[in-house]
Amino acid sequence: MITLSHYLILTAILFCIGLVGVYRRKNLLLLLFSTEILLNAVNVGFAAISKFYADLSGQMFAFFIVAVAASEVAVGLGLFIVWYKRRGTLDVDSMQSMHG
Amino acid sequence: MFEAIAFYTFSAITIVMFTITVMSKNALYSMSALAAGMIIISGFFFLLDADFLGVVQIIVYTGAVMALYAFGMMFFDTTREVKESIRAPKLVFLLSGMSALLLVIALVAPIVSDHIEPLYPVVEGVENPQAVGIVLFTKYLVPFEVAAVMLLVAMISGIILAGKKMDKSLTLKTDGEDEFQNGGSK
Repeated sequence: MITLSHYLILTAILFCIGLVGVYRRKNLLLLLFSTEILLNAVNVGFAAISKFYADLSGQMFAFFIVAVAASEVAVGLGLFIVWYKRRGTLDVDSMQSMHG
Repeated sequence: MFEAIAFYTFSAITIVMFTITVMSKNALYSMSALAAGMIIISGFFFLLDADFLGVVQIIVYTGAVMALYAFGMMFFDTTREVKESIRAPKLVFLLSGMSALLLVIALVAPIVSDHIEPLYPVVEGVENPQAVGIVLFTKYLVPFEVAAVMLLVAMISGIILAGKKMDKSLTLKTDGEDEFQNGGSK
């Protein structure tokens, strides 16, 4: 029998995979992939809560997360293309114009 | 029984795919693994009786977002291996572990308190897409419209950011093309 805890543990595992990606990736495009993993993990959690508490709010929030993720990708990719045209690289370490 | 089999199979595939996404050095492999993981995630939504959300996951994530990534990657040099210098690998795992611990506490806290009452209960005798529509267009109408405006703003900004100097090729440039561009644009 699959309970809410199973789904929440899965959510936590997926979220941690995404977090590891955010911490260790240095390429901007792959960093964006990791954030997608984070958003997807949270979506699974919302859907599970929605089912086991018989409440539709969780699914609503999942829809809005999907909308946010779609617009984030559109803006992010546009910015990356501009950056790549200027610098020719997508490495995070190349963003050091302030030399702090 | 079937639910358990499906759950464990889907979990294993998703975890493997997302691990490949995070660890792979090739951006193309990374993207393909992410797309596969997204498809399998929709399987969880079907298991959880969230049919509409599952379909949205396939259409929006795998259809739109991953296609956008695939087209966006044409601008970048993705055939080379991604060079990443990680200065403090121990710090990475320490930070991940601490975040995981915080996450577990955050997830367990509401279950311990156990005072959750449904705000918008699932309507009886109605299919999931219909119930979603009822709630979305009554209780969540204003956020829905705001999300629509946000998507419009994102679309316009994406077009403007990516569309500048679109007539110049970044990678391919032959002599004939150069002349054509100089003659063609002004």
